[in-house]
Amino acid sequence: MSQTKKAPAPKAGQGNKFSNMTDTNLLLFITIVVFFVMYIGAILIQGKGFLKPQTFFNILNGNAALIIVSCGMSIVMITGGIDISVGGVTALVSMCCAVYLDFHNGNIFMSVLIALAIGLAFGVVQGFLVAYLDIQPFIVTLAGMFFARGMTTIVNTDPFNVQNEAFVALKDTRIIIPGLGSVNKLGKYVDAYIEIGVVAALIVVVVLFCMLRWSKLGRGFYAVGGNPQSALMLGINVRRTKFISHVLCGLLAGIGGFVYFMHVGSGSPSHAQGMEMNAIASSIIGGTLLTGGVGNLIGTFFGVLSLNTIQNIVSSAGLNDAWWTGITIAGMLCLFLVVQSVVMARKKLAIKAKS
Amino acid sequence: MALLEKRQHKHKLHREKVHKSTMTGGGSTAWILVFAVLFIAVAAGCANRFTAPGESEDTVQSDESKSIVVGFSQLGAESDWRSANTESMKSTFVEESGYTLIFEDGQQKQANQIMAIRTFIQQEVDYIVLAPVTETGWDTVLQEARDAEIPVIVVDRKVDVSDESLFTCWVGSDFELEAKKAAEWLNRYVTEQDIDPGDVHIVNIQGTLGASAQIGRTKGLEDAAVKNGWDLMVEVTGDFTQAKGKEVMASLLEQYDNINVVYCENDNEALGAIEAITMAGRSVGSDILNGKIMVISFDGVNEQALRYVREDKITCIAECNPLHGPRVQAIIELLEAGGTPDKFSYVEEEIFSANETISKLTVDGTEYEVTILK
Repeated sequence: MSQTKKAPAPKAGQGNKFSNMTDTNLLLFITIVVFFVMYIGAILIQGKGFLKPQTFFNILNGNAALIIVSCGMSIVMITGGIDISVGGVTALVSMCCAVYLDFHNGNIFMSVLIALAIGLAFGVVQGFLVAYLDIQPFIVTLAGMFFARGMTTIVNTDPFNVQNEAFVALKDTRIIIPGLGSVNKLGKYVDAYIEIGVVAALIVVVVLFCMLRWSKLGRGFYAVGGNPQSALMLGINVRRTKFISHVLCGLLAGIGGFVYFMHVGSGSPSHAQGMEMNAIASSIIGGTLLTGGVGNLIGTFFGVLSLNTIQNIVSSAGLNDAWWTGITIAGMLCLFLVVQSVVMARKKLAIKAKS
Repeated sequence: MALLEKRQHKHKLHREKVHKSTMTGGGSTAWILVFAVLFIAVAAGCANRFTAPGESEDTVQSDESKSIVVGFSQLGAESDWRSANTESMKSTFVEESGYTLIFEDGQQKQANQIMAIRTFIQQEVDYIVLAPVTETGWDTVLQEARDAEIPVIVVDRKVDVSDESLFTCWVGSDFELEAKKAAEWLNRYVTEQDIDPGDVHIVNIQGTLGASAQIGRTKGLEDAAVKNGWDLMVEVTGDFTQAKGKEVMASLLEQYDNINVVYCENDNEALGAIEAITMAGRSVGSDILNGKIMVISFDGVNEQALRYVREDKITCIAECNPLHGPRVQAIIELLEAGGTPDKFSYVEEEIFSANETISKLTVDGTEYEVTILK
């Protein structure tokens, strides 16, 4: 008897200082530590570009849309689903807004509404199919992805840049961050800035983080993802919760789509190609489990940053072929999957030991 | 044994703690957040302190001032031409000749390329070389490069900006001239074989829509078709890739049974189209009077394509010279010496064919020699 119990005991001893955290917090902690180790490592080893705050802000500027979309993805993943239509929706939103603003001389307010409506429509339809008709989320959203990509090409085939004056002004609006600028090699002081999209992304992250942590609905997502049967017994409307998660994800894809559009300022059928995969990768790096029930949006936020920091490091290091980035990301994903399974194993051990 | 029991007891306590914190939630996350914010503040502060004093940065600079840092944002690696272009840059800007090349592959996305240019600006490179994926949408980022006073040399495709002083100069191919050469070759061939121009049924497999090469080559063909009275039946994009070229050609062969000339806007599309034609049971060659399908193509970089010219599978190729490296290097040397390069400069290009009957072409009053491949 004592022989069998010997094995788990030292393991628990090792995880001592972490064991007062929940899985979600532990994974979040690991993500944040990895990000900072990576970034500080980059500063120490490569210096130059990474020393400037603007490099960090550029990562934010370039990925504001991905952050928003990844939040939606994380929520769906927490409930145990997946949504791979987000990239397509982003492209469709960009194209529709571009066509509306340029060809129909529209105003920005309406284009935002269009973006939200498209996102919401995808969310509602996909959510209904997944939650109430019990179709696999992967299949439903795969269809959604193809549909969105196809629609984008129908709306307009050629890529083009939006010339609408009000929009261009909005797109070029920069929020100066005081005190974090840097002196370039000519001795000129350049202000650090972020784009409007970054503000939107931060608001989305904070609002949804609070929602997930403290609202009844938010806790419901975790319960449904963790174990649908138990959630049902707890009196949670599982179908409705799943439905809402997809609606939210769609809506966020709409918002993300508009932020993406604001960043690139053009419509093109090839926009946001592979974005859904980056969103999934970011969520996983951020500590969201594909199996559901565990995840944190702050983690997702750092997941996006990690993903792009590693890309930045790889290219600055002169490992210049595209496949290097792919391989490092694959390596990182593997690392995080291993960490996740260790965490899950820990959880299982704890449950076993209890019973 | 006692030790073991003690451990087990400890273990139990942990579990209770875990359980507790699951119930209460918030506490540790809040701490993590506080840490994260602190970290950011410290990192940003450090960064600022490091960059603020002028001297320290100067010493770093002088260490590397021996080599000229060139940031090259390539749009992707979609074709053999592109790979040859990248290779030319990489082999030109090597450490031995006093350069450091930072290469970024944009993977066909403008957003990636804009990101790359911003990274170059942050890294304070000496020159930026940009091979843009599309013509429009570069104003903002080029303005940023100009604010940092980094010269931008655009290669291959052009950029369409409101203010042409936003980039230093452009090096590349005259795509329309290439197209005119190819069209003139076809015109000469049709005239010599005594074929009625109305019987020349052309399909155009276009490049990536919006790319300069596509625009120039399409325009050259369209103008020539109107001028010579050819039947230009349809234009479809093949995205400069072999796979798409094959797919498009296969469906075109099903739609039209009288195609006798395929105009492919690069070699990869031509290779794909030839596969599709062969699979459909037709044969390729210049002898269009006897039911063959003539393939006209561009680039002339791909070894297989050049071999196909010798085998009369591709009738003629208008070259698009990918070796931009030496040209760009010459411009950088000129700029380093304080000179002003020409705003637009074209690389020299040839036209390849295995047909010996046409040895010279006259396009816009200039005579071009046809390189006969044997």
